[in-house]
Amino acid sequence: MRHLMSPLDLSREELEQLMDLADDIKLHPDVYSEKCHGKKLATCFYEPSTRTRLSFEAAMLNLGGSVLGFSSADSSSAAKGESVSDTIRVISSYADICAMRHPKEGAPLVASQRSLIPVINAGDGGHQHPTQTLTDLFTIRSLRGEIKDLTIGLCGDLKFGRTVHSLINALVRYPGIKFVLISPEELRVPEYIREDVLDKNGFEYKEVDSLDNVMGELDILYMTRVQRERFFNEEDYIRLKDFFILTKEKMHLAKKDMMVLHPLPRVNEIAVDVDDDPRAMYFEQARNGVFIRMALILTLLELV
Amino acid sequence: MLNISGIHEGFVLDHIKAGESMTIYRNLHLDTLGCDCTIAMIMNAKSNKMGRKDIIKIECPIERVDLDILGFIDHNITCNIIKDDAIVEKRQLSLPKEIKNVISCKNPRCISTIEQGLDQIFVLTDEENEVYRCKYCEEKYTGNK
Repeated sequence: MRHLMSPLDLSREELEQLMDLADDIKLHPDVYSEKCHGKKLATCFYEPSTRTRLSFEAAMLNLGGSVLGFSSADSSSAAKGESVSDTIRVISSYADICAMRHPKEGAPLVASQRSLIPVINAGDGGHQHPTQTLTDLFTIRSLRGEIKDLTIGLCGDLKFGRTVHSLINALVRYPGIKFVLISPEELRVPEYIREDVLDKNGFEYKEVDSLDNVMGELDILYMTRVQRERFFNEEDYIRLKDFFILTKEKMHLAKKDMMVLHPLPRVNEIAVDVDDDPRAMYFEQARNGVFIRMALILTLLELV
Repeated sequence: MLNISGIHEGFVLDHIKAGESMTIYRNLHLDTLGCDCTIAMIMNAKSNKMGRKDIIKIECPIERVDLDILGFIDHNITCNIIKDDAIVEKRQLSLPKEIKNVISCKNPRCISTIEQGLDQIFVLTDEENEVYRCKYCEEKYTGNK
């Protein structure tokens, strides 16, 4: 039995296989519409989410399975003080696979140690968000054909933005990738990403605090939201939330074939008028999230 | 002058930084060894090399103590293993790959801060720079050993 805690749980070959499967699902959805008949997905979401939870649910429903779960800690036994270990042991007897989001970092890992069913980390605090990474990689591969020789700008909250951490972890395994890390000083990538992932692998990257200056270099611009819920101090949040805003004017500085990605939800870091630009791929990215999650569920349930 | 006799079987931990022996006593769980074991802690002894040092002598079957954690606490400690009244091994201390329930994670967002009964586990991620990270949230351990 396998779990998914981090994108690094999958080898590059396994990632490619997963994306091949997602491609096939996208092309032939009918072939897969009953593959999970009789199977149940538990969505254990201890903090609010729209996209991730609904895309997991849509993925399971598209596969002919069913879903059960909760969408906030208040509506689960966590409100009564139940541990994650106990919760997953109980859920193991109700469902066949579990997607867990938790505000505490490492909670899905704790669950996986006690679980009798595969556990998917659907986001743990500011730590990891592997299925978003799978979505991002799948989107990049779908639009570029392959993942190589790309300059990728990661912009916004790189400190608490778990999607960014997971994406960097995954992308360092591909050839010719360069990172431009665009953030205010206070929201730079955590030291463990810099030291253990980027420096250790001898990776080329630079840290800057201006988006305009680097816009023309980028093949992909990955925007992130400054997340209010990660701050202990409201003043810091207010000071930093509008640091980077992508506007139509800024898009003029970008390459003609640059892609803008965003894990969504956005607040105001991408102006609405950018949505009409053909390079804005974030809604396509959200759509891809369902296909790659379908592929993941099938793989973890060993139904392929 | 204080006299503590030699031991038949067990360990002598020498060159412990003065004042650290209680920490080692706790981390090696010497309080749980059993009533057939004798432990002598010599604190603030004179040392030519260190000025002052602590020494711990443990009389017990050698399989009862797991010394791995000593490498994390201070790899300058000298560890002699005694059997039949003679030193049978001078153990070279190295950094353990994993540390369980010795240090705790300081990251307030880590699951280990709230989950009941969860072992506090740190993993050696960079041997050269002696970096340990929380198994759950990957936060680097920076506190005093």
